[in-house]
Amino acid sequence: MSTRKTSENWSSRLGVIMAVAGSAVGLGNFLRFPGQAAQYGGGAFMIAYFISLLIIGVSICWAEWTLGRWGGRYGFHSSPGIFGALLRHPAARYVGIIGVIIPCGVYMYYVYIEAWCLGYAVQFLTGHLGSPEVDYPAHFAHFVGMNQDGFAIGLGLTQVGLFVIAVYALNFYLIYRGLSRGIEMFCKFAMPALIAIALVIVVRVLTLGTPNPEFPERNVLNGLGFMWNPGNVGEQLANPQLWLAAAGQIFFSLSVGFGVILTYASYLTDRDDIVLSGLTATSANEFCEVGLGGLMTLPAAFIYLGSAGVAGGTFGLGFNVLPIVFANMPFGQVFGFLFFLLLFLAAVTSSLSMLQPGIAFLEEALGIGRRMSVTLLGMMTVTGTMFVWYYSKDLKALDTIDFWVGTFLIFVQGTILVIVFAWVIGTEKGFAEAHKGSTMRIPRVFGLVMKYLCPAFLLGIFFMWLGVNVLGWNASFSDPQFNPTGYTLDLVGSEEHPPSAVARLSVGMIVVMALFIGIITHLAGRRWNAQSSTRGGAQ
Amino acid sequence: MTLGGWINMLLSVGFVTGLFLWCIVKVITTEEEPERMHGFEFETPDEKQSREEEG
Repeated sequence: MSTRKTSENWSSRLGVIMAVAGSAVGLGNFLRFPGQAAQYGGGAFMIAYFISLLIIGVSICWAEWTLGRWGGRYGFHSSPGIFGALLRHPAARYVGIIGVIIPCGVYMYYVYIEAWCLGYAVQFLTGHLGSPEVDYPAHFAHFVGMNQDGFAIGLGLTQVGLFVIAVYALNFYLIYRGLSRGIEMFCKFAMPALIAIALVIVVRVLTLGTPNPEFPERNVLNGLGFMWNPGNVGEQLANPQLWLAAAGQIFFSLSVGFGVILTYASYLTDRDDIVLSGLTATSANEFCEVGLGGLMTLPAAFIYLGSAGVAGGTFGLGFNVLPIVFANMPFGQVFGFLFFLLLFLAAVTSSLSMLQPGIAFLEEALGIGRRMSVTLLGMMTVTGTMFVWYYSKDLKALDTIDFWVGTFLIFVQGTILVIVFAWVIGTEKGFAEAHKGSTMRIPRVFGLVMKYLCPAFLLGIFFMWLGVNVLGWNASFSDPQFNPTGYTLDLVGSEEHPPSAVARLSVGMIVVMALFIGIITHLAGRRWNAQSSTRGGAQ
Repeated sequence: MTLGGWINMLLSVGFVTGLFLWCIVKVITTEEEPERMHGFEFETPDEKQSREEEG
């Protein structure tokens, strides 16, 4: 018996799978993953990566799909509503606000990066980029305003502003069209297009041969070897930072704990197969990351620049190194355009998913329609994006919000999800709920994995992350030392490191947003209490 | 590229590609009940709102 009163729905199973996969596939698949794998020695990293995929990736994914659909049956589509309904406790709603803060907070800066991708695609297409004479690192710094706050505010073709407006218009047009006619329609087109473009680029990279006879060692096989050759596997697996990197990559790549799957799954019914859908969306993300991303960016960079030229992290690889690679490649202007179009499509499918939890929250908390909720969310996110756009020096605002919201809070939310599923509700009840409408069953061993292994692994990784990235732990158990990192010192300051006003403002903005969401949740409480008392309860 | 590199790459890429293809085939070949095709059965409120605005 279903008691839900849904206003929106997915139109097909493949549609929701594409939407969830689109949410997960992003810049990290093509830029962050290859860099991490190469840095920690291909073989050992992949072992830790696949173990993390099984223990935390797949587990939290199934938990989130299940909790989302369960909450949706009671008419809730937002994280606060779903938590409140399932746990039947008013405090649970406030725990759930993290599931709104994360997608809204991340959207504020992610859409800015999305604008870079569109800008680079257009600039390759129009010939502004693609020549070996261009100073690409300087161009990137100029384009995004890394040298001075406020520098990126402008609407020229070589400035980011025009593209910020374009991506905002596209995102809000699609989100306004709704779940099936907006998000689903776009993802059903964008995901196959993204995979097709990626395959074209992979074929191009794998057929590059030895493009520069002066450097015969820079060839395809050595490029692949740079990415995949295992080092000393046993020694590397003993390095805690490798596990932190592998687990972190899985965690953030799959978008688990983001709050998005919770909302997306809430529009499904008991007849929908969430076990297979969850696994399919996960496998699509893994195919894009390992199968395509692992064969594309880093080998290409090595072939043209050698091992010394392949450095700079996610943004460095994507916007400094790869444009140089395309500039030196035959038909590089075309492939440069295709690559940044690929990144743009991956970014749009992700950013769209970040808006739906906020829309769902405002609609059900304030009892307003889609037009008003889209307007309110637009005002909120535009404010945040303007902030990130203006405070562009060293990308301080972007980096700070990414660290505290896009990393720290996701760990918190992921941990809450798996504990609620395995310990508060219980794996038996949870599995029974997950299996409704499913053609395949979750293997029984996942009962133990989700109850014990996953929370323990996740908490271990979380505390290690806090130690390394917040407290500045040197990752040594024998001689531990702590020197608070820049993220911490930016907020609290020290004699050598004065606090950063921009970092403090960034965190302050997120706190204000959290308070705003908390107040709305409180005001909506009476209506939600009435709904929960008649329809909720998973325990 | 060393032998270990080949093994690592083929196992990793092969596993994710195989899993993805298996899932897609399973999704496509598993019959979807007509009731699941929500969007084709009735006009959802967001679609209705859009149609009215366009009309």
